[in-house]
Amino acid sequence: MSLTKLATSTLAILAASTIAASARDQVQITGSSTVLPYATIVAEAFGENFDFATPVVEGGGSGAGRKKLCEGVGENTVDIANSSSRISQGDLDLCATNGVGEVMEVRIGYDGIVFASDIAGPAFALTPADVYGALAGKVAKDGALVDNAAAQWSEVNAALPAQNIMVFIPGTKHGTREVFDTKVIVEGCKATGAYDLFLATAEGADDKEKKTAAEKACNELRTDGKSIDVDGDYTETLARIDADKNGVGVFGLSFYQNNTDKLQVATMNGIVPTVETIAAGDYPVSRPLYFYVKKAHIGVIPGLKEYIEFFVSDEMAGPDGPLAEYGLVSDPELAATQAAVAAETPMGPLE
Amino acid sequence: MTDTPKSGSIFTQTGLMAKRNASEKRFRFYGLVAVVASLMMLAFILFTIFSAGLSSFRQTTVTFSLELTEAKLDPKGGRDPAKLAKVTTVGYNKLIGTGFAAAIKEHGIEIEGLTDKDAAGFLSDEAAANLRDRVLADPTLIGQTVEINALVMGRIDGFMKGRVTAESAANDSNISAEQLALAKALDDKGLLHLSFNPAFITGTDASDTRPEAAGLGVAILGSAYMMLLVIVLALPVGVAASIYLEEFAPKNKLTDLIEVNISNLAAVPSIVFGILGLAIFINFAGLPQSSSLVGALVLSLMTLPTIIIATRASLKAVPPSIRDAALGVGASKMQTTFHHVLPLAIPGILTGAIIGLARALGETAPLLLIGMVAFVREYPGAPPAGFSDPASALPVQIYQWTQRSDPAFVERASGAIIVLLVFLLVMNTTAILLRRRFERRW
Repeated sequence: MSLTKLATSTLAILAASTIAASARDQVQITGSSTVLPYATIVAEAFGENFDFATPVVEGGGSGAGRKKLCEGVGENTVDIANSSSRISQGDLDLCATNGVGEVMEVRIGYDGIVFASDIAGPAFALTPADVYGALAGKVAKDGALVDNAAAQWSEVNAALPAQNIMVFIPGTKHGTREVFDTKVIVEGCKATGAYDLFLATAEGADDKEKKTAAEKACNELRTDGKSIDVDGDYTETLARIDADKNGVGVFGLSFYQNNTDKLQVATMNGIVPTVETIAAGDYPVSRPLYFYVKKAHIGVIPGLKEYIEFFVSDEMAGPDGPLAEYGLVSDPELAATQAAVAAETPMGPLE
Repeated sequence: MTDTPKSGSIFTQTGLMAKRNASEKRFRFYGLVAVVASLMMLAFILFTIFSAGLSSFRQTTVTFSLELTEAKLDPKGGRDPAKLAKVTTVGYNKLIGTGFAAAIKEHGIEIEGLTDKDAAGFLSDEAAANLRDRVLADPTLIGQTVEINALVMGRIDGFMKGRVTAESAANDSNISAEQLALAKALDDKGLLHLSFNPAFITGTDASDTRPEAAGLGVAILGSAYMMLLVIVLALPVGVAASIYLEEFAPKNKLTDLIEVNISNLAAVPSIVFGILGLAIFINFAGLPQSSSLVGALVLSLMTLPTIIIATRASLKAVPPSIRDAALGVGASKMQTTFHHVLPLAIPGILTGAIIGLARALGETAPLLLIGMVAFVREYPGAPPAGFSDPASALPVQIYQWTQRSDPAFVERASGAIIVLLVFLLVMNTTAILLRRRFERRW
């Protein structure tokens, strides 16, 4: 039968061709969806200006990306993992057991996390204490912890608009949530005095364990539907605010900058989030962005070294480069990073 | 229930008959409502997709003449290709920016407060990349004045299409009032053209900063490669398995077990096949990541049960008299199957293949784990070697575009859905035409 002949011959050709074409000639990148747009901007410019193929960039999350990086060495493993949080000891251990060897850590800049609401609504001037008061499960009232009963922002702080509380926060699988928890909620918890109350009743063998327990208690958010976890990306948060104009959402700075016609940003401690205020350290809610490079692949995968050098060059990651224009807060210590990349310095142990 | 019916004419309506007729009428009405409701939903979906997406097939460009100054592009002279390549797109961007600002003045357009940065930002970054490619391909252009047809930035394109208005632009930090005024002035002079954009279908994906340049070429190729491989891999295997199970295999506990398992496999969530593909094809067999080959293997596994179930059903539907007649005139079992039963079952098999392929074409979840949900900007090579090159797929491209922060990608995602629908339509039409040819009545 011709069908069988066709099938077998195709299979044979396929098998032969995959063996022949197994040498990979493009860089493979995976990891954080926050870093993804920056990585695609660099990859695009890299493909245009160098004689190497454009790198293939995947999203999928920081944690998943680092696990993929640590799967092993070889052409069918990735070269770079983008990450919106620092690599963990667990990942490094995994790398070690899989024989990945040295990993380079490259910090590309900072990402601001902003609160924004519908453009037609009232403006918000928030502090971490306000956000904590609006979202926490238990708040301090007259020296005791009580269930949070605030229904409107004005009940939390008389200076805020009388608008129903509804906040779309990143779900727990997002790297952004960690920053939100530590830089906003825990800070607000401390400012309102709830932290001390939690600490007083916290259980633990020593002070350190008690502090961890108190911070954990701070991060218990209210479950009555006023704080809403969004597991999708920022486009989903934007759609939710579009549907319910009372909503306040948590976004990345670059996302907000691309949608200033629909969103207005809230100040934090009186500071408007911009690339400049974050770079200066005035705006409190920001985090560093990284990528991790498998050192064993440098020199094996064509273009890998050139790509990372191009990424951290002033032309790309500098304060006037396209990444800053898109919303990346340029790293003031970029020169040190460039030197480390040029020297291929592997990262030391986590402190 | 043994009551004998009351005697009487069947033409006189009794209470029971009236009830029965009424219930039939009601049922017909429900059916009609169901059909109308689903048609309305379909119409609504198509309307939203087409109204949002049709504009992505057209794109705004601006035409102006530009002097390719030698001092900028080849400062040393000599036209050495290696030295020419040293001038990056950043350099070309500056050249185009100043050239465009000069061209605006030449056309007598004066906009108060328009800075050179605004003028440069009016154009897409893609223009610089295109110009660089053009100059590197033909270095004799350097020093000449050429006519260039450059893409404008996404927001201006949105203004031309009515997506961006003066009100929305006032709050938008990515576009200035001066740039809008410039767009109006250029449009009045007839220099802005909103025309059909073949690059949307043939071009590659672009980064978040240039939605105006993003195209579907890699995704269409990737989807086409995968569908081709799925047909080649899943159809023969599926048909052979069902012929064996239906015509030759003994009926015992083992074949029963296989049968139950195949039915269960058809209901397994598609992401599971992705996990399987990652473990077997990439980690164990060492096939290249993000390639259409691995994608096709995963989708084949997913499509197999559908094809097997449909094929077995259509083999069963061939009347036993045909088999008996063939066996009766002395044909062997194999001859009976391949000369008589299989040809009659082909229309049913093709229907199963259509259903399976349509599902495979629209899947993103299994591709997520094998690295195909990625930013791919290089076209995969020609088959068969190209099967192992990284590629994207149409549903993947749609998924990625909906996640981008620039609102211009919403339009492009809807446009990509239209392309996906057309792709599906072409595939199904081919299958239906084939089925017509094989269809036989008895």
